[in-house]
Amino acid sequence: MELIVEGVSHRYGPTEVLDDISFTIGDGEIVAIIGPSGCGKSTLLRLVGGLERPGEGAVLMRGAPPDRSLNPLTYVFQDFALLPWRTVEGNVSLVLEDHAMTAAERREVIDDVLARTRLAEFKQALPRQLSGGMKQRVAIARALAVRPAVMLMDEPLSALDSQTRELLLDDLLELWLRERFSACYVTHNLAEAVRLGHRIVVLSRRPGRIRELVRIDIPLAERSTAVAELARLQQELWQLLRDEALAADRELADAG
Amino acid sequence: MPAEGPAGDDDDIRPVPFRGGGFRHVPLGYLSPLVFVGLIALWELGSRTGWISSIALPAPSAVFAAFLDLVETGMLWQHLRASLLRLVVGWTLGTILGIGVGLAIALFSVLRAGLAPVVAALFPVPKIALLPLFIVWFGIGEGSKVATILFGAFFPTVIATYSGVDNVDRGLIRMGQSFGLAWASIVRKIVLPGAMPAILAGFRISVSISIVLLVAAEMIGARFGIGAYILTAGALFAVEQLIAGVAMLSVIGLTISRLIGRAEKRFLDWRG
Ligand SMILES: Nc1ncnc2c1ncn2[C@@H]1O[C@H](COP(=O)(O)OP(=O)(O)O)[C@@H](O)[C@H]1O
Ligand SMILES: [Mg+2]
Repeated sequence: MELIVEGVSHRYGPTEVLDDISFTIGDGEIVAIIGPSGCGKSTLLRLVGGLERPGEGAVLMRGAPPDRSLNPLTYVFQDFALLPWRTVEGNVSLVLEDHAMTAAERREVIDDVLARTRLAEFKQALPRQLSGGMKQRVAIARALAVRPAVMLMDEPLSALDSQTRELLLDDLLELWLRERFSACYVTHNLAEAVRLGHRIVVLSRRPGRIRELVRIDIPLAERSTAVAELARLQQELWQLLRDEALAADRELADAG
Repeated sequence: MPAEGPAGDDDDIRPVPFRGGGFRHVPLGYLSPLVFVGLIALWELGSRTGWISSIALPAPSAVFAAFLDLVETGMLWQHLRASLLRLVVGWTLGTILGIGVGLAIALFSVLRAGLAPVVAALFPVPKIALLPLFIVWFGIGEGSKVATILFGAFFPTVIATYSGVDNVDRGLIRMGQSFGLAWASIVRKIVLPGAMPAILAGFRISVSISIVLLVAAEMIGARFGIGAYILTAGALFAVEQLIAGVAMLSVIGLTISRLIGRAEKRFLDWRG
């Protein structure tokens, strides 16, 4: 399944947040979206997943979602959004309970995704007992449980410390190599973008416009060894973003 | 050995002074029963020596004798049964209705606009002022008493519930929507548990209001019940019976507070 964002503009009251955004997310492709903070990345992701309606333009799906996909467009949130009163298992179960499946089938799916995210032994743990990285793995397991066609990830690693982030980044890479999921990966971290993105959408400061669409031809499997090349790319992206980030920073400071 | 410090005085070594103590509670579970026993013993002593006039405040032993008397005549059970029945029925109905209305106000804009001002207007009215009205409506019997308690429990529960729902993390609700959960599932599995801490905190308030109303209602035309017992005792200047009644109310209050504490442990253990 392909996801097409077509001429999307959006405003909140008088503030213009997004201006004429168009790009596509192909099957099995990870599109990273970077931009200075406050430029509308989260808004864009909410529009893409249908949590809000765009003021102008449209978000379209082409082709059928994969077989047995329970929730084609599935989010992974920055703050994990786990129910604190449910165990790891219960949190995954939550998103399956509204679908017609037997308790045994549900248990099978839960065990499967928890094994895939290496969480099997923490099944009964409550969120407060888990570290940030573990919580995000639970959220990823929950997303996998509904067999998404496209994962919509809003700064999934930004709430984590840098070492955990590195570990989880490797986890995500490995997961993609196994499952070839498609994703729209919002981040303000350039290193994440060049490690995970097949293509990178660079947004300007608010109102977010597409500054540049960068394609990275190094296969994801080889990203961890192509360090020099990625560093160069990252530097290029930073050149693009630097002025925007600076201006955005000033803007926020005097926009009371 | 490291080089000598700038001060150069080897003898002048002392530990860093500790400044971090206090402002923290250490559990001293044995202390509160001791204080209780001590107070009662002092009181008994005061009464025996005549320091405390037995007309104003009878000795604990006299109060206990009055209590035993109640047990032996079987009246304890009569009074307790009448009071607990009113309390449980009134509070339970008020709480169920309160949670329902509170949820409705929190979830539907129309109801919020329509009902929230009504609730806000009625909440501060002391419900005891409505008792005469309820007597007119429901008669002097159980109906008016239960209705008073029901109303007393209803309003704080409504307010606790809807402010609890208002404070549920919007991010969790959005998460539910993003996974395509049904509206009813979001309410039952996300909104309600999220509002649970506020609802249970509301229970503490509604229970204490209910006990106040129970006693007040029983003082107006009831044959049985702890309130009636206290009133009769007062009329007869039987102060030791009066105090026994008050002590029973204290025990009921403590017991219910324990039960709510249990419920909090059970339902809110996820908060750690
Ligand atoms: N629900 C909303 N109502 C009003 N303004 C909003 C809302 N959501 C976001 N904004 C504004 O839109 C802009 C973009 O926000 P956001 O998409 O969160 O940026 P980013 O994720 O890139 O940091 C910000 O200026 C923010 O204040
Ligand atoms: Mg954001």
